This record gives sequence, C-alpha cells and structure tokens, in this order.
Amino acid sequence: MSALPATTPFGDGTSKPQTPSLPRLLAGIPAEGAMTLEEHLAEHGAPPLQLGQGRRSDRDRAERLIDEIDAAGLLGRGGAAFPTATKMRAVARSRGRAIVLANAAEGEPASLKDRTLLEALPHLVLDGGMLAAQAVGADELVICVCESFGAGSQSLGEALQERAETADYAEFDRLARVRLTTVPGHYVAGQETALINHAGGGPAKPLFTPPMPFEQGLRRRPTLVNNAETLAHIALIARHGAAWFRQLGTPTQPGSALVTLSGPVAHPGVYEIEHGASLSSLIEAGGGTTAGLRGALIGGYSGAWIGAERLRGIALSNEYLAAHGAALGAGVVLLLSDEACPVAETARLARWLSGQSTRQCGPCVHGLDALATAIEQIAGGDGGGRAAQRVERLASLVLGRGACRHPDGTVNVLLSAVEAFPAEFADHGRRGPCDRCAGAQELPLPRRPLPPDPARRARVRLGAQR
Amino acid sequence: MSHRVRVNPIACEAHGMCAELLPERITLDEWGYPVIDDTPLAGAEVEHAIRAARACPTFALLVERDRDPARR
Ligand SMILES: Cc1cc2nc3c(=O)[nH]c(=O)nc-3n(C[C@H](O)[C@H](O)[C@H](O)COP(=O)(O)O)c2cc1C
Ligand code: SF4
Repeated sequence: MSALPATTPFGDGTSKPQTPSLPRLLAGIPAEGAMTLEEHLAEHGAPPLQLGQGRRSDRDRAERLIDEIDAAGLLGRGGAAFPTATKMRAVARSRGRAIVLANAAEGEPASLKDRTLLEALPHLVLDGGMLAAQAVGADELVICVCESFGAGSQSLGEALQERAETADYAEFDRLARVRLTTVPGHYVAGQETALINHAGGGPAKPLFTPPMPFEQGLRRRPTLVNNAETLAHIALIARHGAAWFRQLGTPTQPGSALVTLSGPVAHPGVYEIEHGASLSSLIEAGGGTTAGLRGALIGGYSGAWIGAERLRGIALSNEYLAAHGAALGAGVVLLLSDEACPVAETARLARWLSGQSTRQCGPCVHGLDALATAIEQIAGGDGGGRAAQRVERLASLVLGRGACRHPDGTVNVLLSAVEAFPAEFADHGRRGPCDRCAGAQELPLPRRPLPPDPARRARVRLGAQR
Repeated sequence: MSHRVRVNPIACEAHGMCAELLPERITLDEWGYPVIDDTPLAGAEVEHAIRAARACPTFALLVERDRDPARR
C-alpha cells in the first residue's frame, strides 16, 4: 500500500481527479461486505492529514477545513438541513475540549442510508468523523450506531482494526479516540440530545435545552453531532474542495445526497442523487414503478406527503419541495401504491408516532395520542367535520411544545396527509372505511418498545423538595 | 435586553400554579399543561413572572433573558 503524504492540502491533485459525475459517496461500493482501506484509498485518495494538533499552523488548517465546508455549502443530512460549518464553528469556539458524535441512529423506519454507509463504506464515515474532530479540536469521536445494525457495527470494528494496522492512518487517527456505542432503535433515539443523554449513560431520551450541545453536551463538553452521511461528505470535501462539491446540486443545496427509495418500484434501495434531480429520474434509476401511485412521502416520518397528481415534475431539492410543504429531510422517498388507503395508513402512522413519544412532555404524550384518536375517528367514519376540526386544533396546540421537535414533525406529516389526500379524508369521515382500508399495510412501522425509565419522576420530585 | 417566559416541558407536571399567578401570559391546555405567550415581558411583568417561576413545584417555569437564536 502506498504511504500517505504527511500533509495534503485541499484538492491539490494528490487525490484522483474527480469529475462532476455521480456516484461520489457510493463510488466503488462493493456488492457485498465492506470496502477495505486499500480500496477506499484507491477510490478516493488519502485524506489531508495532521490538522489541529495545537500548533498555530495546524489550527489555521483546521479553520480552513471549516471554511472549506462553509464554502461548499454543506447542509446536515440528519433531517434538519442545518449548515454544517455554522455548527462546527460554534463547537470550535466553545470553551473546553470538544467531542464529536457521529449520528447513525437512523430511527427513520424507511431510511437505510446510514446503515448502508456503515456496513459498506465505514472508512468514509471514519475519515469524516476524524476530520471533523480535528477541525473542532475534539479528542474523542463517538460513533452512535443503531442496535439493529449488526453488520454495520462489525464493518466499523474491522475498519478501525485496518486503520490501526496501517502506519499513516494510525497516525491520522491518533488525534482522536474512537468509541463505538449502540443506540436503541426507537424513533426519537437519534435526536441529538437523546443521543448525548444515552452516550453519557442515561436513557435515549431528549434533554431540555439550553444548554445546547455545542456549548455543553456529552460530559458537559462542547459536542458536535453530525449525521453519518454529513461526515462522509466532509471526507470528500476535505479531499477535493468546495468548488468540486458545488459542481453538483443547486446553489442553495449543493452536492449530492443519499436517498432511500421504497414502495412499489422494481429495485428499492439507497441511491445517490444530485440535489435538484427529478423524482422521475430516481424512480427510473429504481427500475420504474410496479404499480400505480397514490402519492409519495418525502423526507421521512416527519416529512410531507405529495399526492399522485402533483408528483409529475417534482425536483428533489428543498427549494423546489418547499412549494409543496416538503423537504428532502433524511432522504426518504417512499412511494405509496394505489392499492393502499392513505387514510388508514395515516391513522396507523399517527398511532405509531404517538407511541414513539419518550413520554417526558405532557403536550407530546397527550397531544399526539389525541391526534391519533381524531384521525382514527375520521378513518372509522364517525368523525365527520368535527374530527377534522379537532385535528387542526390539536395540531396548533402541540406545535413547539415539546422538549424536542418530535411533536412538530408528527404534526407536519399528519397535516400534509390531510392536505395531500383531501377527497379520501372527506370520504372516510362521511362514509367510513373504504375497500382498501383492510388491504396490505405499506408503511413500515416497526415495533420498537421504549424501555421504562422509573427513575425520572423520582428525580423531579427530589428537585421539588429543595 | 428583554425577558421571556418559557417552560421546561420535561420537568412540568401540570400543577397549574403558573396560570394562576401569571394569567396574562399563561393559560392551561385541556390536559392542564401551560400554553405560554412568549413575547417579551414588559416592565412590571418581569417581577410577576419571576414570582410565578418561584412558585412552580417542579421549577419548570423559566424566566429567560434573550439569548443566541442558535436554538435548533
Ligand atoms: C425526533 C427526532 C429524531 C431524529 N432522529 C435522527 C436520526 O435517527 N439520525 C440523525 O442523524 N438525526 C436525527 N435527528 C436530527 C438530530 O437531532 C440532529 O439534528 C442531527 O443528527 C444533526 O446532524 P446533521 O446536522 O449532520 O444533520 C432527529 C431529530 C428529531 C427531532
Ligand atoms: S417532545 Fe415528546 S419525544 Fe420529545 S422529549 Fe418530549 S416527550 Fe419525548
């Protein structure tokens, strides 16, 4: 194996010349198993080394990586599309030694991208995590992996072993300690403060903020939480630079993205698209549809539905999707077949999302339950206009009133369903279940029970006695 | 610099004291949890808000100074 150069400036040509074509992250992905370190280096070249070791010139280089990420316009891929460089700067400027958390909790049942990255391309995530750690001055990188990712954890362990045995990489990785931790598979476990809570030995439930993670996160240290895909993009931006990154995508949403395509298509799975690519080109890449479509859910279970009649011409960029009240979010593109009943699916989704509440905040516990009940009433036909009005009222009542944005995401996806399928909701409210209601369930709603946390109430009561 | 009222929904147990002491800012929803008007507090309201916060049995009511809008 070739030795790594001691330092490699951004995109200086020591890496393989890159064309603006796809795939980027998925380039060279093996049909089975994980890409080895040797294959990874042959595909992407060596990462720039020795950032931020404390010497002045190194700190400048660390700053430059954040500047490069800023210039690239990289947005977070965990769902919120938050500018990555902004968050990195906030962490780098906070007092105390920072920690980086790689978020591969992937609580979205219809998403497979983070699992794919960890299973097949662990070195991309590790490179990105290491570079991010060096850029913000962290001495610890915690990879938070969903407990259901058996193979993902295994590839990651093997990848770490390979790196430890490769002299130059061992040098690169020495700058931060890497730790692997598994996260429970419920929906909210991947929320950033839930991740911090769990990595610190607590339950995987969100914490009240402030303090924000960037100021006081894990062990009260400044904590950078980034999605696994975000880190993988950092691995390539550090090698090829911002201008290269921007050769794909739109001005406001540059670069490529991993999307998980599911539903009635010939080849469901993870695809890499350019932001702004058409939905039809994605479906074509997926081998075309195998049934008529009723609609599509974009972004994930806090995303938005778009009815079939509006799917033609859809472009997968947030700028375009905003007009439809949608966003690419965690990259979920779930197609619903015309065999499914969108009202019954929405009622089941509402009940499931209510069940995913971590039951810490009253408005979330009661509000999501009441919302699910109202939608079930519409689906059952005993709602009429009353239940529909109650959905609207409950929606505005729970918005913004949780410690995390789970209630907001739930309201978003449920209201979007009512809007996308108005005739279906009106029909069910009037006439009750349709022929399709009892048909096959299409939305995946895994059973992932939340562990009980009996200690919490006791702690709160203790506080009351002070 | 302005002050606002906020509730820590994890600590809140719907005792409802805040709505009694600060009715001009806080009402209760159908389950007894506070719905808060979080526009900046005017002059004397700050004192009332602080009193309501002190009365909360779980210390869930907060009177905050405006801070970085970096909240996500
Ligand atoms: C209910 C809820 C669940 C979330 N689940 C995940 C998740 O499974 N994986 C993830 O990367 N981000 C998840 N997030 C977003 C994280 O809180 C956080 O914004 C993200 O990890 C930041 O990384 P990014 O900036 O790279 O996107 C979730 C947020 C909420 C409100
Ligand atoms: S809003 Fe809901 S999911 Fe989020 S912390 Fe509160 S109870 Fe848990």
